[in-house]
Amino acid sequence: MASSDTATSPAPTGEGALGAANLVKRFGDREALRGVTFEIYAGELVAIIGPNGAGKTTLLSILAGIQQPTGGSVHRPAGGPLEVGWVPQHPAIYSKLSVTENLRLFARLERVADPDAAVERMLDQTGLHERAGDEVSTLSGGNRQRVNIAVGLLSDPEVLLLDEPSSSLDPRQRERLWEFIGGLTERGTAVVYSTHNVAEAERYADRVLVLADGELLFTGSPRDLEQAVGARDRDLDFESAFVTFLHERGH
Amino acid sequence: MRWLLLKDLQILRRSPLLVALLVVYPILIALLIGFALSRGPEKPRVAFLNQVPASASKINLGGQSIDVTKYTNQLFQAIKPIRVHSRAEALDKVKSGDALAALIIPPDVTQKLASGLQPARVEVIYNNEDPLKARLVDQAISSRLAQANSALADTFKDIAAQDIKLLLDGGTFDLFGRTIDILGLKKTKTILDATIATLPKNSASRIALQQVTQFAQLAIQNLNVSDQVLTTVSNPVQVKRIALKGKRVPLDAFAVAVSVTVSLMFVTILLAAGMLALEREENAFLRLVRGLVSRLGLVLEKVVLAALCGLPVAVLMMAGISPFVSLDWSHFPLWLAALAVGAVAFAAMGVAIGGVTREVRAASLMAFGLSLPIAFLALVPSGSVSKGVYDLIGAISAIFPFKPTLDAMDHALAGSGTDMLLPLLHLAILTAAFTAIGRVALRRFA
Repeated sequence: MASSDTATSPAPTGEGALGAANLVKRFGDREALRGVTFEIYAGELVAIIGPNGAGKTTLLSILAGIQQPTGGSVHRPAGGPLEVGWVPQHPAIYSKLSVTENLRLFARLERVADPDAAVERMLDQTGLHERAGDEVSTLSGGNRQRVNIAVGLLSDPEVLLLDEPSSSLDPRQRERLWEFIGGLTERGTAVVYSTHNVAEAERYADRVLVLADGELLFTGSPRDLEQAVGARDRDLDFESAFVTFLHERGH
Repeated sequence: MRWLLLKDLQILRRSPLLVALLVVYPILIALLIGFALSRGPEKPRVAFLNQVPASASKINLGGQSIDVTKYTNQLFQAIKPIRVHSRAEALDKVKSGDALAALIIPPDVTQKLASGLQPARVEVIYNNEDPLKARLVDQAISSRLAQANSALADTFKDIAAQDIKLLLDGGTFDLFGRTIDILGLKKTKTILDATIATLPKNSASRIALQQVTQFAQLAIQNLNVSDQVLTTVSNPVQVKRIALKGKRVPLDAFAVAVSVTVSLMFVTILLAAGMLALEREENAFLRLVRGLVSRLGLVLEKVVLAALCGLPVAVLMMAGISPFVSLDWSHFPLWLAALAVGAVAFAAMGVAIGGVTREVRAASLMAFGLSLPIAFLALVPSGSVSKGVYDLIGAISAIFPFKPTLDAMDHALAGSGTDMLLPLLHLAILTAAFTAIGRVALRRFA
């Protein structure tokens, strides 16, 4: 759960899909994460927001298993192996391969029991059947991002981590992306994403984690964050409420 | 690793222009190097004026007729003659740059040679605008004239030897159309000995004739070895060639070894460096090393990929060259071993470059930037630079796979399997070192 000095709202109910306990990450003298603790629940859509250098990407990298924390741990609250899919900010797929070839390659590398079935499932979910044989280099940015996400979902993980998934997309592509992600959470997948787009966090996230200087300052719904700074009384929108919240906590 | 290998081959198949460049360019460079190594410089153009009348091109020495044109033909093997008809025309050719030099054979050459009393002189006029070419002409003409001098000296020696033999054994001698009988020293001594035997023991004539016969004996003994003496005089220093170490194969085969090694180096280094850097450029690196494949596994996969692609190119090149250069195909297993181990070492160097540079373009540039100087350094012959510089070049060459691969190929072409072991061990050590560098460099890949 959240650390003792973190502002919190009641945690959502449901099965815990991922837990982070007192995560610390140091790069030399610099402390990128300072005792970050939280839990993610099945079917939840969680946004990690914070100013530049807050530690968002470092936190996602540790949750994804790319980096090892200096202290603390990442675990599956219910026990057993942690099943996390990871989608990097820029599409991590081979532009010279087709959509199907990319999906099949990563399915095989993930040692998915039936790679062809997994590819079919992902083509269904992403709606990319018509472009299945096309080289990724010929796809639009939005479609590439869908393939990127599909690769992260190949092993059917309980938790999907997305690093700024909409940063390179136009508004229409973003809309379609969030529809797709909404479909995932409806099926029970917990989705955690980092973003600079505070409005997007307000609009789509069930819960936001506010990070600043490696510290988890807040965990709760966007409405809870507004309430925490009295946004309604001060006539503040969510973005202003977020900035005020950071300011009041010395950031 | 299997799926990654297939993926990389699929990517290469989809990039025909890249593959064509990757294969064709190194082969072109390699063939140029091989051509330069196996062929000497072009023959210099030399204006040639022969003022000796055709009727006087033969000289008679000691009854032997010698055709001087035989020696000019030898000279033409080293130069490209432009025949001119006057000294002025020869000078014009040199001044205009049409010829690098002019060689003028004066009309009295054959007379002087025939007289044996004074040396014959030829005239060489240089265009010294390009000192390098002037030196080339000088060396070509000087070396062929030295050969001609040597051949003429041999002829003079043979004639002298024949004359001495005539003096010893006797016979006939033609002089101005008259045949003269020569008794010879041996017969003279025999006659004298017979005459002395008929004289009384205390006869004054006997004592005098005994002195003559002793002189004849001494002359016979010394003149018997005159042939050896004349050989020594005409050819005082002879060359005995002993190869202590180094190339065991003909120059053409060595040029093949260089060409194939250069091709192998370019293909494998560029491929390994580029394909590893591509994993980062495609952002796939972090996704891959997130439990799908280990970092060392990824490095090794690129080494295997590049070696698997480079080896067939090198073998095909050997096959393509073999109709033009005599190669002993019974040594094919040795070639294959040398090329395979060399390919792996070059590929390891490639992953080190790819890991350090992290970008395909930078990796390609560094691969090119390093490969060419390494190849040229490894080809610098001892004695062409000072000892200190040569040692430094040797040390630099030893830390890259080109020299040991070339050595291994050299021994493989010569069929010397045991001599290959040291360069192969050297390559194995370099492979381990470069693979380690590539693996460590991946820390900066994220």
